Amino acid sequence: MTTELTVTRGRGAEPRPPRRDDNDDIGPEKLGWRHRLTHLDVKFSPYLYIAPFFVLFALVGLFPLVYTAYVSLFDWELGADETPFVGIDNYTTLLADSQFWNAMVNTLSIFAISTIPQVIIAVLLAALLNTALRGRTGWRMGVLLPYVASLVALTIIFGDLFGVQYGTINDVLEAIGFGRIDWQADRWWSHIAIATMVNWRWTGYNALIVLAAMQAIPRDVYEAAWVDGASKVRQFISITLPMLRPTLIFVIVTSTIGGLQIFTEPLLFSPSAGTSGGATNQYQTVVLYMYESGFRSLNLGYASAMAWVLFLVIIVIAGINFLLTRRLASSGEA
Amino acid sequence: MATIADRPAPSTTTGAKRPKPRRSKAGSLAERRPSFVVYGILIAFILGSAFPFYWSFLVASHDDGEFTSDAPLLPGGKFFVNAGRVLDTIPFWKALGNSILVSGTVTLSVVVLSTLAGFAFAKLRFKGRGPLMVFVVATLAVPTQLGVIPLYMAMAEYGWSGTLGAVIIPNLVTAFGVFWMRQYIADAVPDELIEAARMDGCSMIRTFWHVCLPAVRPAAAMLGIFTFMMSWNDFLWPLIVLNADNPTMQVALEKLQSGYYVDNSLVLAGTTMATVPILIVFLVLGRQIVAGIMQGAVKG
Repeated sequence: MTTELTVTRGRGAEPRPPRRDDNDDIGPEKLGWRHRLTHLDVKFSPYLYIAPFFVLFALVGLFPLVYTAYVSLFDWELGADETPFVGIDNYTTLLADSQFWNAMVNTLSIFAISTIPQVIIAVLLAALLNTALRGRTGWRMGVLLPYVASLVALTIIFGDLFGVQYGTINDVLEAIGFGRIDWQADRWWSHIAIATMVNWRWTGYNALIVLAAMQAIPRDVYEAAWVDGASKVRQFISITLPMLRPTLIFVIVTSTIGGLQIFTEPLLFSPSAGTSGGATNQYQTVVLYMYESGFRSLNLGYASAMAWVLFLVIIVIAGINFLLTRRLASSGEA
Repeated sequence: MATIADRPAPSTTTGAKRPKPRRSKAGSLAERRPSFVVYGILIAFILGSAFPFYWSFLVASHDDGEFTSDAPLLPGGKFFVNAGRVLDTIPFWKALGNSILVSGTVTLSVVVLSTLAGFAFAKLRFKGRGPLMVFVVATLAVPTQLGVIPLYMAMAEYGWSGTLGAVIIPNLVTAFGVFWMRQYIADAVPDELIEAARMDGCSMIRTFWHVCLPAVRPAAAMLGIFTFMMSWNDFLWPLIVLNADNPTMQVALEKLQSGYYVDNSLVLAGTTMATVPILIVFLVLGRQIVAGIMQGAVKG
């Protein structure tokens, strides 16, 4: 700071010798102490700054997951005095539990019919948004509208729209000549209804992610194709789609991790109390079944076993996606 | 993902400020105004996006009985009557206050702690930096939601279940936040500036406060918006750990619906009331939210 002052004092003035010499007079001890403090600051501050994340993740992320595996080896009832060790009994029961397999099939089914159309529509929507629209930001905000809405509120609203007797969707279907559909009792129609909510919520969001990737594609690539006489459709298939691969895989991986844990939509889809996932569990998902076993039947050991099996399934599917990513991304390189 | 991340991220705002379309042939390639068909499809899509919101308000502004025969298509005059019944049925104001308190605290904490960690990962040299950052990114793929059972047992053990702390504490800092801020700080804060501050004798924390923080405000604001929305919509964990007397907005809405006889006008009045604040936020900050998603996509 002192050196700065001498500089600003004026060009003509003879620069005073730096004050640092005075500091030396105080003695090497004090300087050493201060020096050591700075050294400690440099050495340990980074660890201090990143510590909150690691501590919190260990406490509320990693430890609970590991402890879930431990709990799953016990007959652990919420509030019970004794929690006897049962080994892998919970797992053998689970693998023979038809309701669990039903939930697993429902989860995968809803996941598939929500992810595939969603990605396709998101890409097409992004292509439309990538044209020279007037008022771009307005359109982008418009497609993003569903993303900000509260999931609980929207699920309740959709549950009403898909109502069997008075629901608007059935009214419209009847008016245009189709029959009314039992969106709740029929297994596959209920999956489509729930997937519709997921798609409605996430398509616009994913379209914006894809749009960002489209805009990152260098323009001269298109210009070269245009000079070669490639049509718009041809350009889209031969240039845009291959260049989007990494982003598409990213979108698919994130919707895998989220989609396999789907819970709110099936819980709130049908308002009739006491059922979770439909009268015959026709749209009960794994996380919903886990919630029911753990927090309604209070069977924490069993619910933990379920959580771990689902965890492994997610890891396996995410792993397959990852390998796929690497292969597609490297083969997609021009 | 990697191939895009390696490229310096183009600022998304340039999209809006792109120079006017040139008249040359090369310019007409991408910049030609789209036809009315494109606008038509987009309008249809946005109407579809907005319809459930309209429907919610429509039902909320009529008596429940009016929907048994011919459903009205225009809003009626009963909204405030139904809203009053919502206030009698669930602790709406308390839920709203709780949600604001929870999301506000979580947002503040996530932004501060993520920026601090992002600063360390982007600009400070320390042993194990690379592997630790890989670890942070890897945790993004861990479905921590599946750990709710021991988490609940722990909260019950320490007497925290039913309190807002139980909802706030697990979310105080996120892997996404750390990753997001690291990416931004790496580009936005010049190394020279940090070195200069260090030369002047600034301690680490002062360097962070005076050099790093002012430069990362835009990214921190976006992280704040996303964290707030994520926290506001959180449902499974609050549903497990909170009770009907001290709920967040989402939990209160669920209680509104789970009766034996469901009065749609009442329930949808509740959803409308819970949605309006978020819609106002969206109208004010929508531009930033859009930019944030697109920027995150290119960087991530």
